Amino acid sequence: MIELQNVTKRFAGFVVVDSLSIRFETGQTHVLIGPSGCGKSTLLRMIVGLVTPEAGAVLFDGEPVTPDSLVAIRRRIGYVIQEGGLFPHLTARENAGLMPRFLGWPEKQTAQRIDELTQLTQLTPAMLDRYPRQLSGGQRQRVSLMRALMLNPDALLLDEPMGNLDPMIRADLQADLRTIFRTLGKTVIFVTHDLAEAGYLADHITLMRHGRIVQQGTLHDLLERPANDFAAKFTRAQRGPQPIESE
Amino acid sequence: MLRTAVIIVVLLLLAFVPSERPAKGVRIASKKDTGSVILGELATQTIRAAGAPAVHLQQLGGTRIVFDALHRGEIDAYPEFTGTLRQEIFAAAGLSSDDDVRKHLAELGTVMSRPLGFSNNYALAMRRDQAEKLHIQTISDLARHPNLRLRLSDEFLNRADGWPALRQRYHLPHEHVQGMDHDLAYRYLESRTIDVMDVYTTDAQLAQLDVRLLDDDLHFFPQYDAVFLWRADLASRYPKAESALRSLESQITQNDARELNALVQSGKATEAQAAAEFLRTRLHLDVNVEEPSTAAQIARRTREHLDLVRRSLIPAIFVAIPLGVLAAKRPRLGRLILGAAGVVQTIPALALLVLLIAPVAYFGLNTIGGGSVTAIVALFLYSLLPIVQNTVTGLATIPPELHESALALGLSPRFRLWHIELPLASPAILAGVKTAAVLNVGFATLGALVGANGYGQPILTGIRLNNTALILQGAIPAACLAILLQLAFELLERHALPAGLGPKSPSLEGRG
Ligand SMILES: Nc1ncnc2c1ncn2[C@@H]1O[C@H](COP(=O)(O)OP(=O)(O)O)[C@@H](O)[C@H]1O
Ligand SMILES: [Mg+2]
Repeated sequence: MIELQNVTKRFAGFVVVDSLSIRFETGQTHVLIGPSGCGKSTLLRMIVGLVTPEAGAVLFDGEPVTPDSLVAIRRRIGYVIQEGGLFPHLTARENAGLMPRFLGWPEKQTAQRIDELTQLTQLTPAMLDRYPRQLSGGQRQRVSLMRALMLNPDALLLDEPMGNLDPMIRADLQADLRTIFRTLGKTVIFVTHDLAEAGYLADHITLMRHGRIVQQGTLHDLLERPANDFAAKFTRAQRGPQPIESE
Repeated sequence: MLRTAVIIVVLLLLAFVPSERPAKGVRIASKKDTGSVILGELATQTIRAAGAPAVHLQQLGGTRIVFDALHRGEIDAYPEFTGTLRQEIFAAAGLSSDDDVRKHLAELGTVMSRPLGFSNNYALAMRRDQAEKLHIQTISDLARHPNLRLRLSDEFLNRADGWPALRQRYHLPHEHVQGMDHDLAYRYLESRTIDVMDVYTTDAQLAQLDVRLLDDDLHFFPQYDAVFLWRADLASRYPKAESALRSLESQITQNDARELNALVQSGKATEAQAAAEFLRTRLHLDVNVEEPSTAAQIARRTREHLDLVRRSLIPAIFVAIPLGVLAAKRPRLGRLILGAAGVVQTIPALALLVLLIAPVAYFGLNTIGGGSVTAIVALFLYSLLPIVQNTVTGLATIPPELHESALALGLSPRFRLWHIELPLASPAILAGVKTAAVLNVGFATLGALVGANGYGQPILTGIRLNNTALILQGAIPAACLAILLQLAFELLERHALPAGLGPKSPSLEGRG
């Protein structure tokens, strides 16, 4: 379980996360949604310790994330970002095998784990010997996911992993992701600004605005019982062809 | 990992295995003016003729370099002018007589010969016909002819003890005295465009032109008598060498000096050949000089040059990359490091060499001659900036999302540096090394200033003798070497950089 308690973060005096509290239950898929700039990525980055909140606390399984506990906690979290964050000088296999190499796993163990994950992510072994820029965007994201899952982490954090993909590829990957999330039963926090995607993947959806939580619930809750005008506008804008009203 | 280790060991071996052995025998040095080089040759060949081994370190960068090398025992003897000793070496002591100079030298363990017979003074010169017509014998006489056109070398014009002092001493009324290139002034004097110029009494041109040197009747110009200096311990180490040097006392007349200079400056003979000819005809010594073929000379200089490059560039790589990493990780320290490396670049070569001599000597390393550590350290310092700078840039331009991905994985800082950051920065670092290498080949010509030879030697000689062919003998191989290095680095860039970064792996750009 991951919990944020009254966390606040400012960038250049501008409040990006505003005394926000949220719990992510174990084994569930949580989606953070909201307009661009509302603080979704910052929230994820707080959990992996790339951003330190000015106030409040981040707890991982009840343990506060501090500089001392950070490294251990990071290895229990898989983190995937929009462009994958793959290292261009390493092949897909080397990217995926980076942590095992660092931790000194026997080669056999690494190979075996990579085999498992290749199947899970619907990649082929031949693709693993390519460099990231020789892979398509969708393949890159699958490799990223492999790398994130390598140490069999307790939690998986994905920050708009499909932001840059074509609709067709995106649909495929969405379907595969849903299967993976369901099979693995990990705590998943998934950031998107696409309501349909959120509804498709999520057990719980959290709608954010200006660094605060507007509403939490299922897709059905959001559509049928929007908490306020903004929530109503947001869902309406995502549903139909009406012009998007800026918040 | 193993490959990296092998590369590092090979590079270090390359960097630290010296190929030049210190010269054996009596080490004669000379400064970089033609007169000094000829005297150095005369000394070397006379000592050899007397049966002692001798080597000549030609055309070193300046008085201070040579005198200090003598004092430290890196050389045994060199030709000097008494005026230089009074005005430069012992300027603070204010010595007036040669005996005082000799006494001061003795305290430093140095012996000064008796004058060799000629002097290299400043003087003012006029065409003889004009001087006779105007009845001008002395500098004082010039005061009566305020309309004469004076042109002086820039150096003499601007020195406080040059023209301003001369003018005051002799109450010279001449206005609009301008500076002019020395060689040009000779031509203008001959063509009657100017009337009076400053000369050195050994100038080769004086042997050909019909000029009158005006009497320095108020003794303004210091006396620059040619002498040899040598270490007091030379007599015990090579007794024949000391008597050989003594045998040249009072043997070289003013006219001999001019003719020797003229012979060399006209390109009719090398310094060695001119000196040998003089020793055969005037002192009846049995001397012979063999000039190696041009190809052999270029081969030797290439070896010397590569020595300087490899022994300075490789250590620079090993120091500059860690400095660059440090600078990238600690921005404030980084500004200091980059600033210091930048300042080094602005120090002129000769000044840097002179600055480095004392510390190099302090560690007991050879400051001059083949494999001069002074030259190597100077080149090392010059090579730092491009590598440090590119390392910093290479690390700083790693996309932030890659940094964050590495952090979020939970890798250690050390692992991140070695396996993520340095490989990602490697194209920039290699480009920095390439720049440093190419610059180094050019800078390494400065090695000639401290006797490390290389391609700089013919360049220095060619400049001194105004001999383009000689300059090209150094400049062309240097340019070729730079181009070769550039090509070698381009091959490295293509084949040694991490695949996936280099241009080798085709990108399948596409988002699908
Ligand atoms: N490192 C940073 N420095 C300055 N401003 C930042 C930084 N990271 C994020 N921000 C700002 O914080 C706000 C929220 O960013 P982010 O969390 O990335 O939003 P979202 O992911 O919801 O689009 C934006 O206005 C963004 O410009
Ligand atoms: Mg974002």
